Amino acid sequence: MTTPIVVDSHPLDKIFRSDRLPHIWCPGCGIGIAMRCYGQAVLESQVPEEKHVVTSGIGCSGRVAGYMYLDSYHTTHGRAIPFAAGLKLAKPELMVTVFSGDGDLVSIGGNHLIHAARRNIDLKVICINNFNYGMTGGQVGPTTPKGARGTTAPYGNPELPFNLPYLMAASGANYVSRWTTLHVRQLKEDILYTFSKPGFTFIEVLAPCPIGFGKSNNIEDGLEEMRLYRERCVLIEDGDVYAEALGIDLREDQPIYIGRFIDRDRPAFKPIQVEAG
Amino acid sequence: MTNRTVLTGKHFIHGDEACAEGAIAAGCRFFGGYPITPSTEIAEHLALRLPQVGGIFIQMEDELGSMAAILGASAAGVRSMTATSGPGLSLMMENLGLGIMLEIPCVVVDVQRGSPSTGLPTMPGQSDVMQARWGTHGDYEIVAYAPWSPQEMFDLTIRSFNVADRYRIPVLLMSDEVVGHMVERVVIPPADQIELWERKRPKSPPNGRFDPFLAEDADLVPPMVHAGEGYRIHYTGLTHNERGYPEMTAETHHRLVTRLVQKIRRNIDQITLIEGYYLDNARILVISYGCTARSARRAVREARNKGIPAGMLRLISLWPFPEEQVKTLAKDMDAVIVAEMNLGQVSREVERQLRRAVSGVYHAGGAMIPPEPILNAIQEAAA
Repeated sequence: MTTPIVVDSHPLDKIFRSDRLPHIWCPGCGIGIAMRCYGQAVLESQVPEEKHVVTSGIGCSGRVAGYMYLDSYHTTHGRAIPFAAGLKLAKPELMVTVFSGDGDLVSIGGNHLIHAARRNIDLKVICINNFNYGMTGGQVGPTTPKGARGTTAPYGNPELPFNLPYLMAASGANYVSRWTTLHVRQLKEDILYTFSKPGFTFIEVLAPCPIGFGKSNNIEDGLEEMRLYRERCVLIEDGDVYAEALGIDLREDQPIYIGRFIDRDRPAFKPIQVEAG
Repeated sequence: MTNRTVLTGKHFIHGDEACAEGAIAAGCRFFGGYPITPSTEIAEHLALRLPQVGGIFIQMEDELGSMAAILGASAAGVRSMTATSGPGLSLMMENLGLGIMLEIPCVVVDVQRGSPSTGLPTMPGQSDVMQARWGTHGDYEIVAYAPWSPQEMFDLTIRSFNVADRYRIPVLLMSDEVVGHMVERVVIPPADQIELWERKRPKSPPNGRFDPFLAEDADLVPPMVHAGEGYRIHYTGLTHNERGYPEMTAETHHRLVTRLVQKIRRNIDQITLIEGYYLDNARILVISYGCTARSARRAVREARNKGIPAGMLRLISLWPFPEEQVKTLAKDMDAVIVAEMNLGQVSREVERQLRRAVSGVYHAGGAMIPPEPILNAIQEAAA
């Protein structure tokens, strides 16, 4: 008896819009892996699928909303968070996830990101960080390491990048963690955990972008970047690393700290309600 | 129980407060905004009132976020609004386009001030009229109303919500600093006398595939479903097919954009509001709107007292432009005058429709145009 190579359906078909496949992502891209973790977490969560909503902005990661078989909103560049805030505040029973990329969330949407974290609005943010603008063809962005090359930095990036967990911790998020697309089980468990964590949660997911970032920076392909993750990632215990050490430069042989950085219980944003006098 | 939701009775309040009470009476239960003169009183009043009626007030980090938040809240099924002035309106243009593309109803109040740029924050203007029409990129139709009194700030806010929901479109309430800060009598009717239009909703409960952008009715408006209802809809600002999926072809794009435009053009009679004064046997037509229309009516009355056959048309809806009514009225007129607090915006639209020159009474803004220059223009036309 032979095992069929092509099967009619995949166990996760019920959570993806399989009628939209194939997806747009390049070979070696990490976004699909993170999307799978999200889909698995949705299926395993205590919240009915009908009450899960996903919003996203613009860019490769922004396309995730269009592949999830959920109520899904693919909004404007950088504005997924305020759109999601409106959804969540208007209908608190929804579990609202914002799935987008570093350029979308941190550059053009940076103001919304820090203010949503400050308010501690009950949103679940999954931020793909691939260190560049992939969809438009490998431009440098707010997470690109200093010196790294991009199509808008042919001589190397002259700017310093954001350290996202540090930024989110300082802004007030209730929960901040970092994984890579190599850490699929931890990532799925972590997303599942944030569904039960009130307030603003932020998961940074390092993901290969071999076409946009790798090509310009001597990271041969997606597999090579996954190998770097395996060699360099260090799982932190609570409080055993300085925030400054959370910076990342894939071109340097230095540790990439991953794990849960912040898990606290500031009160989640709640609109004021008063009795009419 | 006293109904604190609709403050039925006679009030002596300013336009911004009347607008806020109109929103409450219309069932608006979400306001996301950013402070900006001369609209701030709307936010302040709703910060007080919304928590009393189970609504949500949130002061956002900027106008980009405000506009995105009200679209999100409306997508969840709640009537939503923001209020701003010129500089904020510029920032809202991005997501105004998203609202048009996703067909999410909402109301955006623009209490206009002297512009461009920071301009005259505390002083009036009417120079955002063309931005209201064409400010976001692309081809579209939009709906805009221009109140001329605090009473209309109340009435037209309700009207704006109704039209927004009925046709699934953001509606702009183009007020100005004079009307926003003017204090006058406002009569709020009993709740059961306030007409509220419902969103068109799907006929069947969720059952497998649902096409959220399939418009089967003659009005070209697809029924709206809200987040969390089980229809598993996808909304995207990309060109999309009836299923809601991105479909980036010239054919789909043309089909979508044409429907978005036609759903307003086809229903223009239900959207348009105009008012005429002294039109019997008029030979000189004055067209105006908003606060300037108050001076224009005075000028026309004085012209009549002098025996000049002047009449007036007040545009209550600016967009879509009431072209048929304007053409019909202007047909037999010897002269057409447009009075507005900008250097010629609506006048160009009037000229475009009538294919004849009109004379304008313009001012760049900062103070209401008094009746005298309008009366002078009428007298010149009569001479």
